[in-house]
Amino acid sequence: MSVAERLRPTTPTRRWVGLVGAALGWFALYEVNLPLWDWLVYDLVGLDPSSQLGSGVHFFFYDSVKIALLLVGVIFLVTVLRSFMSVERTRAMLGGKREGVGNVMAAGLGVITPFCSCSAVPAFIGFVAAGVPLGVTMSFLIASPLVNEVAIGLLFGMFGLGPTLLYVGAGLGIAIVAGFVLGRLKLERWVEPFVFETRLGGQVIDPAAGLTWEDRIQMGVEEVGVILRKIWPYLLVGIALGAAIHGWAPQDFFTQYAGAGNPFAVLIAVLVAIPLYSNAAGVMPLVQALHDKGLPMGTLLAFMMAVVALSLPEMILLRRVLKPPLILTFVAVTGAGIIAVGYLFNAVLA
Amino acid sequence: MIIKILGSGCTNCVTLERITRQAVADLGIDAQFEKVTDYAAIMSYGIMSTPGLVVDEKVLLSGRVPTPAKVRELLEPLTS
Repeated sequence: MSVAERLRPTTPTRRWVGLVGAALGWFALYEVNLPLWDWLVYDLVGLDPSSQLGSGVHFFFYDSVKIALLLVGVIFLVTVLRSFMSVERTRAMLGGKREGVGNVMAAGLGVITPFCSCSAVPAFIGFVAAGVPLGVTMSFLIASPLVNEVAIGLLFGMFGLGPTLLYVGAGLGIAIVAGFVLGRLKLERWVEPFVFETRLGGQVIDPAAGLTWEDRIQMGVEEVGVILRKIWPYLLVGIALGAAIHGWAPQDFFTQYAGAGNPFAVLIAVLVAIPLYSNAAGVMPLVQALHDKGLPMGTLLAFMMAVVALSLPEMILLRRVLKPPLILTFVAVTGAGIIAVGYLFNAVLA
Repeated sequence: MIIKILGSGCTNCVTLERITRQAVADLGIDAQFEKVTDYAAIMSYGIMSTPGLVVDEKVLLSGRVPTPAKVRELLEPLTS
């Protein structure tokens, strides 16, 4: 029996009591995290808060727990909310929509639809078969990884509401514009021909239909486990790097090379990020440490977006339905959007 | 009983197959397993989100990895 099955409540009252209890426990842990590590690292072990070792070690433990808590909360909430949506419903909503309106809807739906990149190919074929224009489909495929629930949760926890809204707005904007541009370029000839010949057979199955609250809550608990198991190595490496930067990198080291004074900083950050295979959870501790060292938010957001939106494994999957010139165009247009957003934020926020 | 696991070979499909094989063993069902990885074939079942579970040409599940209990629940009425 899995943990999620054992936690499955038997009555509705127990279910809500369990949920409220879990939420209270979560807030309690979140509140004691900072005093706990202050006490353990500085008082009990006796490391100096102003020393490199002290602040590095404190950052590592405090941040690991804080990020783990944020992830558990955010993934659970998002999974439960998203269980009301499905790729099938999104497809039905986008069918027959024109470009423009379609791009805006597709980007928004890309954020709220539960979507695994392993389903990218059938989803792509399904959209095209339903008459969703290529550019609108691309808006969905760009927004879905770019505006990422893990990134939203972590940004909100670390930087507050402002940067989080900037990130979501920028991600939606990039997905809308890039999808629209890709649609205008009329690139249908670079879609593998079998896509247009494949038909969805019979009745389309909607996985979101017929779920009970118990199912949704159980899905949330399971998804927390699945994602944490998948990302913890990235997370630990990210936090360790963040802690090293936090404790040891000289104050002006990064600002000297990648600070507001370097006009190529955003461009370099995006180019470095594309081959870097990580995810939002692995990148966020780095982003926080670099922000503390004085790097501008636009550069950091551009770096993070390039890491999550432009990943090699997804390109390889999409290669099954798209020919290389279209994949390259996709990377170029999306990358250009991310670079533009980075410069815009640096100029606006400076 | 012919059980088909639909999906391109990602982790989810492997997990679904493992869970289903376990459920089949638990219930003592005599079943043949088939993997369907061809996208056109997957979509001919009306499935857009993988993994999918098809038993005797009927779609039981798609788009998520179910719990072992859920699979047993779905397979049990089909045993007779």
